[in-house]
Amino acid sequence: MTLSPTHALRERATSPMPEQRGFGFATAAAAAVLIVLLALLAPMALAEELAPDALIKSLTADVTAAIRQDPAIRAGDARRLSELVEAKIVPHFDFNRAVQIAMGPNWRRATPEQQEELTRQFKTLVLRTYSGALAAYRDQAIAFGPPRAHPGDSEVTVRSEINQPASEPLAIEYDMEKTGADWKVYDIRVSGISLVATYRNTFSEEVRNHGIEGLIQGLATKNRQANTAEKQT
Amino acid sequence: MRHLFPSRRSGSAAATLALLIATALSGCATTGESASGDPIEPANRPVFEFNQGLDHQVVRPVAEGYEAQVPAPVRSCVRNVFSNLGDIFTSVNQLLQGEPGKAVSDISRFGVNTTVGVLGCFDPASSMGLAKHKRDFGETLALWGVPPGPYVVLPLLGPSTVRDAFGLVPGWFFDPTNYVAGPAALALKGTQTVSARSSNLKASDLIDSAALDPYLFTRDAFLAHRLDQIYDGHPPIADADSARPDVN
Repeated sequence: MTLSPTHALRERATSPMPEQRGFGFATAAAAAVLIVLLALLAPMALAEELAPDALIKSLTADVTAAIRQDPAIRAGDARRLSELVEAKIVPHFDFNRAVQIAMGPNWRRATPEQQEELTRQFKTLVLRTYSGALAAYRDQAIAFGPPRAHPGDSEVTVRSEINQPASEPLAIEYDMEKTGADWKVYDIRVSGISLVATYRNTFSEEVRNHGIEGLIQGLATKNRQANTAEKQT
Repeated sequence: MRHLFPSRRSGSAAATLALLIATALSGCATTGESASGDPIEPANRPVFEFNQGLDHQVVRPVAEGYEAQVPAPVRSCVRNVFSNLGDIFTSVNQLLQGEPGKAVSDISRFGVNTTVGVLGCFDPASSMGLAKHKRDFGETLALWGVPPGPYVVLPLLGPSTVRDAFGLVPGWFFDPTNYVAGPAALALKGTQTVSARSSNLKASDLIDSAALDPYLFTRDAFLAHRLDQIYDGHPPIADADSARPDVN
C-alpha cells in the first residue's frame, strides 16, 4: 500500500485558507505560509494517515484504482482479483479475531490445531466472498461518513457508502481494532449484513450436530467445491 | 415485549390495528420460542427449499436470459419504471413514520420521474437532489412498536417475519400494477419478477458461494439487513443478537 502524505496534507492545509483571487502579494505570502506548514505538518500527517478511516480511504482508493486499470479483473479473472486482495487487503485484516467472533463460545473448546485450521478455512471462505463482492464494483462513487475515531479508542467503525444509480446507496462498514501500532479490520458489514457475524448461528449449529471436526470438514468441503467451480468457469 | 422505538403516534385507527397485531404476535412468539429464535424452522425449511427449486428451475434461468439478451439501457428503464411506482408507497410510509419532509421529497420524485423521466424510465429526480428511498409498511409497523414475531419464509416471496408479512398487505393496494387485469397483469408481474431477479444475480451467486447452510445464511443475513433498515443504518451494536426475532 502506498501512503501519500502530501495528498492528504494538501486537503488539510488548503481548506482553511480563504479563496485567493489574482496573483499578488497575498498569493505569494499564502504560498510561503503553505510551504512552511507543509514542512511542519509532514511528520504529523504521516502519523495521521494510519488512523483507521484514513487507512480505509487509502485502501479503497488503491483497490478501486487497481480494478479500474486491470482489464483482466474487469473481465472476471478470479485469480488476478484474489492476487490483488491478497496483496492489498489481507495485511490489514485480522482473521484470528474474525473466526473467534464467528465461533463464539465454541472457540475455546477447539484444540490449538483445530483453531489454526478453522482460521485458515474461514479466511479462504471470507476472502472468496469479499472478492466476489469486489468483482461487482464498476466505477461507482464511494463516499465516507464522518470519522468516529477518538484518540485513545482501540475499536472503531469506519462507514462508507457506494452510490448506485436510481437506488439507495449501499452502506459498507468496517469494524476495526488497534493491535499494537496497526489498525486492522475484523468484520465488514454490507447494508447491515456482516461478513463474519452472519456465520455465528451456522457455526454453532454445525458444532452442535457434527462437532468442531465436522465444522472444519464442512468448511473445507465448501472451499474445495468453490475452488473447482471457479476453475471450470 | 421489546419495542424498537417508543410509539410516536397513538389514538388513530391504524395504531389500534398495530396494537392488535402486536398483541397477537407477542402471544405466538412466547408460546413457540426455540433456542435458535426460529420457532417455525421445520415449517420454513420446506418452503425455502421450494422457493430455491423454483428459482433454480425457472426464475433464475429466465433472469439470466433476460440479462444476456436485453440491452442494459432497456433493463435499466424497466427497473426504473417499477422502482418509480414503488416511490408512491414509500412516500406514504414516510408520512406514517413521521417524516413529512421525506414524504414530500419522495412524491415529488415520483412526479418528476413520471413526467420528465418518461413514466419512470429515466431518473432525472436523483440529479435534482431528490434521492431514492425505500420504505415499506413492515418498517412503519416496527416504528409503531410492533415486534417482528417469528421468522417466516413465504412461498414465492421469500424471507420475512410475521410482522413484515402483514405489512405486505397495504403495500399490495398501493402498487398500481395490481390494478391491471387480464393477461397484461401476468405479463407485468412476470416482467417485474424477472427484472428484480436479474439485478440480484451476482448477490445470489455470492450467497451460494458463502453459505454452508443456505437456509441459515439467508435467514441471518435477512434479519440483520432488516434490523439495519428499521434503524436506518444504525442498529444497536451491543445487541447484535437481537437480529433474531423475539429472542429475549
